[in-house]
Amino acid sequence: MTDNAPRFWRAIPQRYSLIGTHCSNCNEYYFPPRNICPNCRRSAQMEEHKFKGTGTVVSCTTIYSATEDFERQTPYHLAIIQLDEGPRMTGQVISGPSGVKIGMKVKPVFRILGKEGDRGIIYYGTKFAPLEE
Amino acid sequence: MRSVSIIGVGCTKFGERWDSSLRDMVAEAGFSAIEDSNVSGEEISALYVGNMSAGRFIEQEHIGSLIADYAGLARLHVPSTRVEAACASGGLALRQAVLAVSSGYHDIVIAAGVEKMTDVSGGTAADALASAADREWECFFGATFPALYAMIARLHMRKYGTTREQLSMVAVKNHHHGCLNPIAQYQMEITHEKVMKSPLVADPLHVFDCSPLTDGAAAVVLAPTEMAKKYCDTPVKILGSGQASDTLALHDRRDITTLDATVCAARVAFGQARVEPGQINVAEVHDCFTIAEILAIEDLGFVEKGQGGKAVEEGMTSLNGKLPINTSGGLKACGHPVGATGIKQAYEITLQLRGEAKKRQIDDAEIGLTHNVGGSGGTALVHILSR
Amino acid sequence: MASGIISYGVYIPRFRIRVDEIARVWGDGEDISEGLRVYEKSVPDMDEDAVTIAVEASRSAIHRAGIDPKRIGAVYAGSESHPYAVKPTGTIIGEAICTSHNFTAADLEFACKAGTAAIQACLGLVSSNLIDLGLAVGTDVSQGAPGDMLEYTAAAGGAAYVIGSSDLAAEIEAFQSFTTDTPDFWRREGMPYPEHGGRFTGEPAYFKHVTSAALGLLRRLDRVPEDYDYAVFHQPNGKFPVRVARKLGFSKEQIAPGMVVPMIGNTYSGSCLLGLAATLDVAKPGDRIFVTSFGSGAGSDAFSIKVKDRIEEIRDGAPSVRDYISKAQYLDYAMYAKHKGKLRL
Repeated sequence: MTDNAPRFWRAIPQRYSLIGTHCSNCNEYYFPPRNICPNCRRSAQMEEHKFKGTGTVVSCTTIYSATEDFERQTPYHLAIIQLDEGPRMTGQVISGPSGVKIGMKVKPVFRILGKEGDRGIIYYGTKFAPLEE
Repeated sequence: MRSVSIIGVGCTKFGERWDSSLRDMVAEAGFSAIEDSNVSGEEISALYVGNMSAGRFIEQEHIGSLIADYAGLARLHVPSTRVEAACASGGLALRQAVLAVSSGYHDIVIAAGVEKMTDVSGGTAADALASAADREWECFFGATFPALYAMIARLHMRKYGTTREQLSMVAVKNHHHGCLNPIAQYQMEITHEKVMKSPLVADPLHVFDCSPLTDGAAAVVLAPTEMAKKYCDTPVKILGSGQASDTLALHDRRDITTLDATVCAARVAFGQARVEPGQINVAEVHDCFTIAEILAIEDLGFVEKGQGGKAVEEGMTSLNGKLPINTSGGLKACGHPVGATGIKQAYEITLQLRGEAKKRQIDDAEIGLTHNVGGSGGTALVHILSR
Repeated sequence: MASGIISYGVYIPRFRIRVDEIARVWGDGEDISEGLRVYEKSVPDMDEDAVTIAVEASRSAIHRAGIDPKRIGAVYAGSESHPYAVKPTGTIIGEAICTSHNFTAADLEFACKAGTAAIQACLGLVSSNLIDLGLAVGTDVSQGAPGDMLEYTAAAGGAAYVIGSSDLAAEIEAFQSFTTDTPDFWRREGMPYPEHGGRFTGEPAYFKHVTSAALGLLRRLDRVPEDYDYAVFHQPNGKFPVRVARKLGFSKEQIAPGMVVPMIGNTYSGSCLLGLAATLDVAKPGDRIFVTSFGSGAGSDAFSIKVKDRIEEIRDGAPSVRDYISKAQYLDYAMYAKHKGKLRL
């Protein structure tokens, strides 16, 4: 069962370590990495950037009904997180007893994102947890 | 560039159509529109069809050829194009048809939309719909489509004070309209309590905040306005058409509580039509979730940003309000066969402008608007129609 | 050339289940926790496994001493719950801590002592100058069959050690191993839960191997227990390490900081390494620590460790074992079963 293996493998540095890009021409940060800087286009100077992973919750929800791949994990929390360096990303938040709130500070944690059944690949990646706890 | 008009419309019943295949429904809607328009098969110059995901739902691609074939036009070798923009596929098909006629390349063109969603399990359907979002960076991390709109809702409620009750009011209103629409999937009244009692999907959205899985097809026939009177007594002019794109992923948007694609597409359409939002009498907007309708009436310029919830609460968008929204029942109650919705919207506005909307007819419908969104706002189509 | 521990990192999942709660479900009576001297054990989250724990512990080790991951020339991960039977945990750890691609990796298994075996492997490569730094990890999300005695103690956790020869936080002066073919505890390929020999796991297994390795090392170094400030023994429960310490002549005070099993259970490949980490969290420069692991099958690795000045500089760079122990959220048996995948869907 290798349907998703190449696609997943290609984005491992992004999922594991939040490797994105930075355009030193306009100083904007991008996650996931962009080949073309939307601001500068041809005059972009793109270099690799490893994000710290810390950020703030912009909005969030608790998912009770999910697609088949994630149904076992419900309910779980999803959020749009603004990374400290600027770009936003979508990720799950492991909540402590006080739940997930808009404005909460978070840090990255390494978790299983999903599995291709009992026989397929395990997808690892970054989720988020409250910074204080 | 010449003016374009709608000279015929057709739409199937929306719902769980176990007995009908995608081919059956597209033929049904197509013939209905052709009959309504009085054109003959030989006059049809091109076909455009919006369909999001026949590949996932019924393992069939090459939909362009399929509908030409099942419309009986394959032997006439009519050019046929399938377009896809997730939930805005129908609106996109309409625009492509408008461009084809307006440019002078084609005279009589059919714009259709179809989706057959109920053959597969709910899980597979949800996964197919999730491909309207960003598969790599939203879905892979656990996002579902309702979750994206739930996050929009949460932030909208936080920023503008939109309430949970106001979200329900959208669903209640649209269900009420659905009761008056014979083709609507749901023809039952609901209440705020019923919405709240339905299971939570992604907080704060419940099942009754979400549009359903639906089978259905719709079609409209377009002609140059200068030829329209030859075919029908009540052609409906397309005054303006606007299309805009935005980032695929919600998290990349400039402002998560605004669909800039809607704002831009509307600006283009209103500009072309030389019409102000205040002149619109009736509109079909994209209420894939209750919050989406609130965003729509703000982003289309009908109310100030943040005032959408209040407008619904005050009855502005009800059938007898200042600007009735989604008289068809919207995506919520009429149903949302993804590729068909954009065309169904044109069908509904056409009926309103012709005075043929029967129990849900509004008075003095002169100018109408359709608004169709793809995904969480990566694409938007706005069309302005008039009597 | 002196080599040893440059840095260390740990990770213990936040969920716990009380031993009494398990006993309640299986009707095993109230004195189980006293009998085992284990009161609660750690439970992994549903999206955690031996790999995620290993990565968190490794990242903590890298961060604690500001290590440049590109210097790592070997990654050895020891576990008895590697999620893949074929595809090493070590490669995922390497990727997740951003090593270069110029390193060797292989996974190890030796029941609860795979982690210390990993340290030995790294010491070999480092001491012979074949690599600059090595990463040795012991990690597990061990399973006990529902209703079996092992269920009371099988827990989840891990620790990672960066091994090198400069900027030592703790020098590994010497090690001695004792290994025999002893079938005290095993799991056949494809089976979800291990089997064990009951009381056979005591004298002929744990005690024989731990004392043989320990005495062998002490004899070789011409030392006695009093020469050490601390001692860490493998902790399958709260009783065995106390008994073996007494047998060998180590005191309760010496083993106290390293005794984590009563609060988190037996983390298998992580057990000794977490005990050592808990000791390093409090040890002072100049202190000596005596460590002896045990892995069923069976074998023990004994180490003599001398703490250096640098421990004070790096210690606060990452959370301590106590930090993780204190972050506890309790589950009932039903949630625990759901978490551990014991409910087969």
